[in-house]
Amino acid sequence: MWKTILRRILIMIPEIILLSILVFLLAKMMPGDPFTGSINPRSSPSQIHHLMKLNGLYDPWYQQYWNWIVHLFHGNLGESYQYHEPVANLIGQRAENTLWLSLFTMIMTYLIALPMGMYAGRHEGQLSDTLIRVYTYVTYCIPFFVILIIGLWIFGYVLNWFPTTGSVSATANSGWQILLSRIYHMILPGLLGALFSTVNIVQYLRSEVIDAKHSDYVKTARAKGVPEKQIYRHHIFRNSLLPIAAFGGYSITGLLNGSIFTESIFSYPGMGLLFINSISYRDYTVITALVLLFGILNLVGTLLSDIILSLVDPRIRIK
Amino acid sequence: MKNYTKQTINPEELKKLTQEAQSQATPSTGRIVWKEFKADRPALLALILVVAFIIFVTIASFFINVPQMMNTHIMSYLNRPLQDGYLLGADTAGRSIMQQLIVGSRNSIGIAIGLTLISSTWGIAWGLISGYFGGFVDWWMQRVYDFMMMLPMTMMIIVLVTIIHNYNAVTLTLIFSCFYWLGTSRLIRSRTLAETKKDYVAASITSGTGPWKIIFGGIMPNISSLIVVDTTLSFAENIGVETGLSYLGFGLPTKTPSLGTLIANANDPNNITQYWWTWLPAALEIIILCLAISYIGQVFRRSADASQRQADR
Repeated sequence: MWKTILRRILIMIPEIILLSILVFLLAKMMPGDPFTGSINPRSSPSQIHHLMKLNGLYDPWYQQYWNWIVHLFHGNLGESYQYHEPVANLIGQRAENTLWLSLFTMIMTYLIALPMGMYAGRHEGQLSDTLIRVYTYVTYCIPFFVILIIGLWIFGYVLNWFPTTGSVSATANSGWQILLSRIYHMILPGLLGALFSTVNIVQYLRSEVIDAKHSDYVKTARAKGVPEKQIYRHHIFRNSLLPIAAFGGYSITGLLNGSIFTESIFSYPGMGLLFINSISYRDYTVITALVLLFGILNLVGTLLSDIILSLVDPRIRIK
Repeated sequence: MKNYTKQTINPEELKKLTQEAQSQATPSTGRIVWKEFKADRPALLALILVVAFIIFVTIASFFINVPQMMNTHIMSYLNRPLQDGYLLGADTAGRSIMQQLIVGSRNSIGIAIGLTLISSTWGIAWGLISGYFGGFVDWWMQRVYDFMMMLPMTMMIIVLVTIIHNYNAVTLTLIFSCFYWLGTSRLIRSRTLAETKKDYVAASITSGTGPWKIIFGGIMPNISSLIVVDTTLSFAENIGVETGLSYLGFGLPTKTPSLGTLIANANDPNNITQYWWTWLPAALEIIILCLAISYIGQVFRRSADASQRQADR
């Protein structure tokens, strides 16, 4: 078991190094230089030249890369050219918002998907099963951002049920009010995100339940006279819980990718919106940090899922 | 004794026998698919709808002068639908939504088709080679796959689009294709792994057939149904890819209409609250297109799997 985990982590290291090189080179290739934003009419080209030299922007790329990595390990991600603030602070503020929204979405996804999958599996072939299948199918096919916009239009603007921008209302001042306001701002994007990402869990759980229904241990339980409700709750559900939990790790990729759309549509000040803003300002210290962070988070998510799965299924383990 | 040499089959019997043999033989793939479509009326409707729509937008956009269409017509600023001959009204620059929708659909569907062709071809080849050769080759190919999976896809595409100056539809399609072959390759690889263990592959190897001929002449035709299904489904998905990035402003340039840039009209709070016709038609069109195409994909899937066919029931 530990061997598997160690192997997986060892494989991760070259991947992260490769990612950091790729990200760094891409940032170097981006048009514009970082001092364009701080130029005022009195600054001469020689001053910019001096600044570039001072910051080592004329060094060969591997030297610059090395400096960047050394700074990275000291927790120094550089300074944002747009906000004139250390990148670590900037991302720290936004990461909290994205984390809350992602967590909320994930919890809602499980809350919606688990009962649905169980129900569909239990009532296989009946009308309710067909309806759930149609629902997962439709939500899977429709591009996510279109639904977000239509949801924002209907529930945010037409019905006026939910706030349309921001993460917390400006008038909230006490601790409770801020918390409630935060949740209120997350409900619409979180619920839409959850409703449209249930397909994997529902389908997996449904087929698990159908398989388990005819398995020997369930027959034994039935023969012993265990009530049907308890069979589903304790025998079948418990058995498929761990693989379902493993989906959580994989869904991090989806959540992060989706956060770019969700946050720019709902003007929710998280990392996705920060990325879009930084791109338009060519704020490439922020861009590199964010791409690197998202890549590492993807990797950690996959690692978590793989570990959970290898716990459940010994066949996956490396010998 | 009977004279065997004299015994011939009369033509009528031959005809009957042939008919019998034909009715027992597995029908051709085309016929199976056609039967499935006939049994599923909504699917047939979806197929006709999608094909007719693609043909319509392709032909209709030839009659639209795009630069002229994208000019500002201040007099028709935010015309309501059906006003002054604007079928679906006009946007904040007085440009006809209907015309933009037609040209935009052509662009978006064109990119989606190109993206599907390139990424599927690459993904299929990758999966086949990785799955067939196994061992060392497979290990390295899978490490590349893992690395690509780790990359935050949307971010990478946005970064690449900002790096490349003067990109157009072709470069955009190529950038997207760099990332969207992964799912296909995984699927094809796992099927190829199973297929490689079968007897016909072993027989081909024993009789000295080269690996490439086995891969593309033996295994690929055998998993063709899976390929068709996957390609159709990724086509539906790819429509969302381009429109999503165009919506964010990193897809097609603003002067080139796309369904995504039309939906981006909704970014203006005035448009989303009062002028629904500037963005809603494009959004609904994407939803209908994606649903219809995936529905067609489901029919292909059913045709490929004999146990799921509805036509014979």
